[in-house]
Amino acid sequence: MRALAHRSRPAAYTAVPAWIVVPAAIGAAFILLPLLAMALRVDWPRFGALVTSESSLAALGLSLRTSAASTVLCILLGVPLALVLARGRFAGQRLLRALVLLPLVLPPVVGGIALLYTFGRQGLLGQVLTVAGIQIAFSTTAVVLAQTFVALPFLVLSLEGTLRTAGTSYEAVAATLGARPSTVLRRVTIPLVLPGLASGAVLAFARSLGEFGATLTFAGSLQGTTRTLPLEIYLQRETDPDAAVALSLVLVAVAVIVVASTYRRPPGETAAPREPAPEGARP
Amino acid sequence: MTFTFEATVAARGFDVSLALAPGQTVAVLGANGAGKSTLLAAIAGLLRPEAGSSQLGGTVLFDAAAGTWVPPHLRGTVLLAQEPRLFPHLSVLDNVAFGPLAAGASRRHARETARHWLAEVEASALAGRRPGELSGGQAQRVAIARALAANPELLLLDEPLSALDVHAAALLRRLLTRVLAGRRAIIVTHSVLDALMLSDAVVVLDGGRVAEAGPTREVLARPRSRFAAGLAGLNLLHGTLGPDGLSTAGGQLVAGRFEGADGVPAGPGAAVFPPSSVSVFLAAPHGSPRNTFAGVVTELEPHGDQIRVRAGDLSAFITPAAAADLALAPGVEVFLVVKAAEVAIFPV
Amino acid sequence: MITKTTTLLATAVLAAGALAGCGAGTPSAGSTTTAAASTSASTPALSGTLTVFAAASLKATFTELAKEFEAQHPGTKIQLSFAGSSDLVTQITAGAPADVFASADTKNMAKLADASLLDGAAVNFASNRLTIAVPPSNPANIAGLSDLARDGVKVVVCAPQVPCGAAAVTAEKAAGVSITPVSEESSVTDVLGKVVSGEADAGLVYVTDVKGAAGKVTGIPFDAADKAVTTYPIATVAASKNKELAAAFTALVSGDAGRKVLSDAGFGAP
Repeated sequence: MRALAHRSRPAAYTAVPAWIVVPAAIGAAFILLPLLAMALRVDWPRFGALVTSESSLAALGLSLRTSAASTVLCILLGVPLALVLARGRFAGQRLLRALVLLPLVLPPVVGGIALLYTFGRQGLLGQVLTVAGIQIAFSTTAVVLAQTFVALPFLVLSLEGTLRTAGTSYEAVAATLGARPSTVLRRVTIPLVLPGLASGAVLAFARSLGEFGATLTFAGSLQGTTRTLPLEIYLQRETDPDAAVALSLVLVAVAVIVVASTYRRPPGETAAPREPAPEGARP
Repeated sequence: MTFTFEATVAARGFDVSLALAPGQTVAVLGANGAGKSTLLAAIAGLLRPEAGSSQLGGTVLFDAAAGTWVPPHLRGTVLLAQEPRLFPHLSVLDNVAFGPLAAGASRRHARETARHWLAEVEASALAGRRPGELSGGQAQRVAIARALAANPELLLLDEPLSALDVHAAALLRRLLTRVLAGRRAIIVTHSVLDALMLSDAVVVLDGGRVAEAGPTREVLARPRSRFAAGLAGLNLLHGTLGPDGLSTAGGQLVAGRFEGADGVPAGPGAAVFPPSSVSVFLAAPHGSPRNTFAGVVTELEPHGDQIRVRAGDLSAFITPAAAADLALAPGVEVFLVVKAAEVAIFPV
Repeated sequence: MITKTTTLLATAVLAAGALAGCGAGTPSAGSTTTAAASTSASTPALSGTLTVFAAASLKATFTELAKEFEAQHPGTKIQLSFAGSSDLVTQITAGAPADVFASADTKNMAKLADASLLDGAAVNFASNRLTIAVPPSNPANIAGLSDLARDGVKVVVCAPQVPCGAAAVTAEKAAGVSITPVSEESSVTDVLGKVVSGEADAGLVYVTDVKGAAGKVTGIPFDAADKAVTTYPIATVAASKNKELAAAFTALVSGDAGRKVLSDAGFGAP
């Protein structure tokens, strides 16, 4: 069977059979066609007015702010977690990895319920927090927590893979050169896995942006405080489907920009020819 | 102020002890899996032996019995590996400045030190480059500067030249000869040339244990272990010493120069002779004083512009023309002949 | 994006389920002289499968009524699909094979009527009114609607865009009370959920929701609720292939049997 050839790389041989193109095209169409269908339903004359309404702007602004906050939180918690999973050696490590990745497969509503019983007023930690005067439910903090819960595994998975492929040899060299573990982390490990960390953070941001179920269950829905863009779309659908479609398109556009930025090669990468490409580490 | 080391790593069948005087460079030889890398890792602190202890210049590196364990960054032992492992995100200058900076020097001072060592390895021109823009030889040169800039009490080199082409290796070997002079170092190598040029003493590891140790020239001239002999390219026969020479287990008497202590030779001994002194015949020759070994050709391989003929444990170097004249091929019965004057016999 | 996907999938699954039901029902619908006809000679012979789209708040009552209907008319099968009224309208508009639609408000029913997707006029069969739901311990000591406007009381209501939220706004206006909610949910189920879990001190829900929650929340009636009564209409969908069966089910719901089941669940007369 004839093999696929890539126009820009004439010499490279790939063992992919040509007929693969057909199911691949169907697969791509399966994802792209619904998005196109939605774009076709947009009420373009009203589009500007629909997406710039007070509630839409409030929702978009809130979504961007909370997603940025949860991405920061994901980095603060996810980098240490990925390091422990990739470099540590302890009993129950495999189990811990499996459990940490659970939010990837859990329905977000389940995550919301779990968070409610943790940080809610009657929750495990919530009771203590309430005594301390901290109320999380119905606050923007709750939105950030819900988003972090579902997005953290993306960052951990992406970074752990990069850490494993990067190996420990550079870290060993740095240690014998006299660098303390913290110095090794700051000056060697993190810079080396920066591409993986960046793509993990982008994935986490994108996942946060799309978070719906856990937020709805755990944080509630109030304009400017907890009603993120997906929740606004869900609500707008009740009265103004045109507005819902227009906002959906905005969300798709933001997601496309964010995800596309991951696939742009970071400038520092050419300096590390022996380093594995971050794409190889992605789940 | 010596370096002492003795350690056991049961999982790798490793049990080695070793001592180094200040300013001494030791070459560690051995087949793959002999424990060379384990030795360096244990000294550098990248691997924790379950038994043993080590001291460097009066400070304890580890002492399993006392539960003492100094982490790698506090040991003063810098590891230079086969791959240069320059940090790809730092410039050449900052790579070399890494050690001084980690030791607490100011950025300016660390870069000054780095420039000094780059000049020392004749790589000043590379200071502004990224590691990805360097050739293999240049990168290893920079790695040497980086290791030396960290001012190690003990420099550990793990086959530092084996990833380089012949030309680059020769240049770096000269450089190492210069910078290792008077410096305490352990160099793991496969090359006799490295050992001869760089080291004062040799340790041969075999199966995780020290098979042989001693001054470099002595060990390479009169290797006791098969590995050291093979490495030096010498033929080695073991047997029992007697007044007329060495009697092998196969019952053959090998005549040669006795290089042992005074008195009548007795007890276990070895005979060593270089392949270049061995001639190959198809029929048993006559004449004295010569040693003749009957054998069957097992292998022919190029060795420089000569052919190495292997027959059992012994080998001979002959010219390709001679090999063609004799119609040598594996399976051909031959007689290997060596003059007694070329054979060194010594007790082991 | 997620909501969109969910809806699309849900529609697909519903459509598949409904199609399977229709396929099974169609052959017997043609042959009316079967055992089903001979068992009850007084009523016209009914058979086949009926797909009923009903508002989520009707889940318990319609499930019971469907069983009753199937018992009265052996050979028939009622397939029930519950969701928010506006979701159901979207699905029917998109061609989902519903025979009967029961809405939680007249507004959503009007959407179908305006689009000429109904067979005949809708019949109002029940009403529902708002009540205050509080956790059984009533931590904020709520006694009436004015207590919900107090500072520090966490109140959850429906968003004004959905029927229960519109009713809440009407009730607030009627009582002259201005509530600042901590959350405006998209469905009354979410409001109830937040009261049940104890996150909220109070929520505005339907009387039937409190009754259905079986002691997990306490209902506190208030006067202004009379001004915000929602009416539940039911109608046969124009595209129905079994209008006879649809009419029979609608009659059961709006008749005495339906009246009894509905009022037991807390629904008022239309």
